[in-house]
Amino acid sequence: MSDQPIDSGKRTWIIASGCAGVVGAGFAAVPFISSFEPSERARAAGAPVEADISGLKEGEKMTVEWRGQPVWIVRRTKEQVAELPKNDPLLADPKSERNPDEFTPPYARNEQRSIKPEYLVVVGICTHLGCSPSDRFTPGAQPSLPADWPGGFLCPCHGSTFDMAGRVFKNKPAPDNLRVPPHTYLADTRLLIGEDSKA
Amino acid sequence: MAEFRTVPADASTGRRFLTWVDDRFPLTKLWNDQWGQYYAPKNFNVWYIFGSLAALVLVMQILTGIFLTMHYKPDAGLAFASVEYIMRDVPWGWLVRYMHSTGASAFFIVVYLHMFRGLIYGSYRTPRELTWIFGCLIFLALMAEAFMGYLLPWGQMSYWGAQVIVNLFSAIPFIGPDLALLIRGDYVVGDATLNRFFSFHVIAVPLVLLGLVVAHLIALHETGSNNPDGIDIKKNLGPDGHPLDGIPSHPYYTTHDMFGACVFLFFFSAVVFFMPEGGGYFLEPNNFIESNPLKTPQHIAPVWYFTPFYSMLRATTDLMVNVLAVILALAGVLGILRGRFSAAGKIALAVGAIVGIALLKTFDAKFWGVVVMGGAVLILFFVPWLDGSPVRSIRYRPGWHKLVYAVFVFFFLVLGYLGSQPPSVAGNYISQIGTLVYFGFFLLMPWWGRLGHFKPVPQRVVFHAH
Repeated sequence: MSDQPIDSGKRTWIIASGCAGVVGAGFAAVPFISSFEPSERARAAGAPVEADISGLKEGEKMTVEWRGQPVWIVRRTKEQVAELPKNDPLLADPKSERNPDEFTPPYARNEQRSIKPEYLVVVGICTHLGCSPSDRFTPGAQPSLPADWPGGFLCPCHGSTFDMAGRVFKNKPAPDNLRVPPHTYLADTRLLIGEDSKA
Repeated sequence: MAEFRTVPADASTGRRFLTWVDDRFPLTKLWNDQWGQYYAPKNFNVWYIFGSLAALVLVMQILTGIFLTMHYKPDAGLAFASVEYIMRDVPWGWLVRYMHSTGASAFFIVVYLHMFRGLIYGSYRTPRELTWIFGCLIFLALMAEAFMGYLLPWGQMSYWGAQVIVNLFSAIPFIGPDLALLIRGDYVVGDATLNRFFSFHVIAVPLVLLGLVVAHLIALHETGSNNPDGIDIKKNLGPDGHPLDGIPSHPYYTTHDMFGACVFLFFFSAVVFFMPEGGGYFLEPNNFIESNPLKTPQHIAPVWYFTPFYSMLRATTDLMVNVLAVILALAGVLGILRGRFSAAGKIALAVGAIVGIALLKTFDAKFWGVVVMGGAVLILFFVPWLDGSPVRSIRYRPGWHKLVYAVFVFFFLVLGYLGSQPPSVAGNYISQIGTLVYFGFFLLMPWWGRLGHFKPVPQRVVFHAH
């Protein structure tokens, strides 16, 4: 450094122009950061999809793709529906009260988490870290599951378990129940996934 | 303008040309400062080969990467097939690809050994803190590079691995979901994600990595290398001003490193030619199946070099969070009762502990898992200030310190193994113990690092000529 006294007037302007430069750089960064966001095309691809469920038999599951995610439609048996309330004490959030706006639309905030008790419609993505759980519909003891397993889904990645209504069991890594996507019945056997009923 | 150097009238053309360059660019000076006249301790042992091997692997990864980029297509519809095209149809493409995929694992093997060398010989201690920190940043950049590179083949493991890791970010309170969206560029891992990871993998991260490597070397050559005795060789200078225990890197370490590179390439070639999949650890079987967003493979695990950290992530359950809260409370009480702090310091400690416990119980275990995993890497940055032992090298530490290091390494390997296995109850308890050992090793270093009877450090390095 030189031994001349600091010119405080010049110093102030150096600081001021430095700050202005940083602000300018901040504004210049906006378009670049924004380009990381989903493109218009990706946004448009989120259109609703229609599913024909006439061929689905009791106890069967079908998968449709919506926004690149698997959406499961399960036609539960009468017994499976009747069993659901018995799981309540074992579940982390039996009444779907946690983050309801994100995970459970108003018409699915019931014991079956569905519009029609028989049909379960959920996004097949674990709320932990996004793996797709596998079907474990048969009740009873089996590998990686408790002896009194009531039937449901098991996530292969981190071992979270869900019941036949997509509700997560207690003390599992997944914090929330499986997401029920917005959906509506266009007819008895025609389901629209991705849109609530307009009525 | 500086005066031009004079050359003897009978100087060779080469000499004249070098002088012409040196008058315009400090070529000879750079060479001498960084290598030719860089005096390194003469007592380097085998642990000191991994630094130059890491440089060798870096060059190899960049070269093979350039050639792979010529045939690879970063498009969700074409990526998987383009990798198979490289493997089957591009002349010698299989070799370039296997060199690159094996190189990734080799890079981590070499870097882990290099870091362990730094730990046992105290290479991070004053004045080499910045060399260590640049090294930690290289490790971080390397992890990002490896993670993004692993998405590119667009197999099942690529896809679901990326899905899990990107979702880690969504566990961050408040900003998480938007951040994950920003990383993916779509609502799911898709074409946008693949394309941007390609961009990061081939240009952005490698540039940062190269810059960091240069900084790492400049910092090292400024302070001089440490050695297995942890003795400062600059304290004993000869009449020529060079350290008595040092030898110029060229030609001594040039030949030494070339020999090391040959030995390394023996092993490397054996893997590339005879077991390129590394027993399912270097290239996972599931990654030979094209990615399917609708179906997660039965068992997903990251590549081996991430598994210790992945284990720590899985170990952080509600139970673990409660254990951490209890440990925090105990540490707070002990600090207040036994610590030599002022009254204000003790109040700050109590408030800190209470706030910490409250935060632990407020956010999901999912979020703390991410914190633990990130913290496991970030804690390395603080090692220079955590270690307060009076000597650098493990050679002059109390004998039982070797046991501490052994326990640490053992649990790190166990965590690595468990992270590659499907989740199990027993495995989870062991990973929880392993996680506590890992963090205990570093966080308790200020205490255990000073305990015991230290051996006297000699004035000159221990070296027996061959």
